[in-house]
Amino acid sequence: MKPPPFTYHAPRDLGEALETLAGVGGKVLAGGQSLIPMLNMRLAAPEHLVDINRVAALATLEAAPEGVTVGALARHAQVARADAHPLLGQALRLVAHPVIRNRGTVVGSLVHADPAAELPAVLAVLGGSVRLARHGQGERDVPAEEFFVGPMESAVRPGELAVSAFFPVLPAGSGTAFREVARRHGDYALAGVCAAVTLDEDLHVASARVACIGVGPVPVVADVTTECDRRPASTVDWAAVTRAVQEATEPEGDIHASAAYRLHLVGVLAEQALKDAARAAAQEAAPSPATG
Amino acid sequence: MEHEITLVVNGTARRARVPARRLLSDCLRHDLGLTGTHVGCEHGVCGCCTVLLDGEPVRSCLTFAVTVDGQEITTVEGLAGPEGPSPVQRAFGECHALQCGFCTPGFLCTVTALLRENPAPTDEEVLEGISGNLCRCTGYQNIAKAVHRAAELLAEEGQ
Ligand SMILES: Cc1cc2nc3c(=O)[nH]c(=O)nc-3n(C[C@H](O)[C@H](O)[C@H](O)COP(=O)(O)OP(=O)(O)OC[C@H]3O[C@@H](n4cnc5c(N)ncnc54)[C@H](O)[C@@H]3O)c2cc1C
Ligand code: FES
Ligand code: FES
Repeated sequence: MKPPPFTYHAPRDLGEALETLAGVGGKVLAGGQSLIPMLNMRLAAPEHLVDINRVAALATLEAAPEGVTVGALARHAQVARADAHPLLGQALRLVAHPVIRNRGTVVGSLVHADPAAELPAVLAVLGGSVRLARHGQGERDVPAEEFFVGPMESAVRPGELAVSAFFPVLPAGSGTAFREVARRHGDYALAGVCAAVTLDEDLHVASARVACIGVGPVPVVADVTTECDRRPASTVDWAAVTRAVQEATEPEGDIHASAAYRLHLVGVLAEQALKDAARAAAQEAAPSPATG
Repeated sequence: MEHEITLVVNGTARRARVPARRLLSDCLRHDLGLTGTHVGCEHGVCGCCTVLLDGEPVRSCLTFAVTVDGQEITTVEGLAGPEGPSPVQRAFGECHALQCGFCTPGFLCTVTALLRENPAPTDEEVLEGISGNLCRCTGYQNIAKAVHRAAELLAEEGQ
């Protein structure tokens, strides 16, 4: 279990990093919490590694009223501690273990695009985007729906660096939740659902979206606003909502779970996550003094 | 190509010439002779290779030695003070929190950092804190007890 040999580059700033990537191609090394296991197991053998850990300018986290921008070197733990975005925080608690979160990066997880990873679903349900840069060509912003191309495949092209990801803040009266089932705490989920619900002034559902993981090649986004029929959460026809979510997914079976079990799970988790999100939204809309 | 690196390990600057692919775990064990850091799975799952990097626990099997050139590493060998084993180490002994000891270096480093950040963790916080470390012997009960005991010892000794 030793990584295959590679040529190592350790650029000190963004310009040098982009130049190196454009020059030698090769793979970006961020937290290494996905790439190094793949190297150790010899599932990947890049000729060049471009280590961005010394590019301090990428370790940024900017919270603005419209959303949170996470730089390529912001680690899971740093982002969770900053508590800048409620859904990011909820999702990060489910990503691996605390020690892995000290090294792994949010942007690295997006680029890695594991179909069972939590953060791609967060970007997808919020309609966020990833900013890509290439030497001599400026930057391009890729929206979530185009960023995740297939299992372990994102829109990042050889020679490009993902410099940051943008997670939009939801409108007032919104709530979010993340529910998943994993074999063991900290493992990748068998299936998971993150939900974002916005209520109107009468606390009726004005918008409801979910993104599901582990049940398709990329996060499966389903907008169930129509199925919620602008009712209060307590009278929504949850069976119809669950069906709509299940119909959007295409789970596959493997040694961990059958396709049928994943389909069942995603329905149960969607209902739970949407109800949790609606409850959080109601609290946000009308915070009750009794519960704070 | 080999790289000349300097790591400050347990307070001492140590130099090594390593190929880029040298994992920090192997650098510590083979290049620096510090075999207290154990290696189990080499893909981040078991936690026995956990060391402190600038005070924060990380997987040394998922870190290249070249990446952390110039940084501070604490291994299990560096946990004891001049007066002997650290409170966390003593608590593990007292509570029988180890049997074969293979997982112990990783637990000790993880718990040392955990209690530094959270000196009085709840049961749930203890379980969450050690959830990334596997032990095939103890059944975890005594490890969880040892974490609470270590918190007591640290509080008593004002550390
Ligand atoms: C035991 C264990 C359990 C885990 N459990 C989970 C889990 O439950 N959920 C989960 O989501 N993740 C899990 N992970 C993975 C973890 O979240 C990783 O940190 C994350 O997937 C990748 O982030 P990284 O910074 O470590 O990326 P790296 O490993 O450094 O890179 C991953 C890939 O992305 C590319 N890349 C990284 N950054 C950039 C960039 N800025 N520009 C272009 N390309 C880039 C790399 O070239 C590589 O191909 C687990 C990992 C371990 C070891
Ligand atoms: S050897 Fe590093 S986590 Fe198992
Ligand atoms: S004491 Fe043997 S593995 Fe933990």
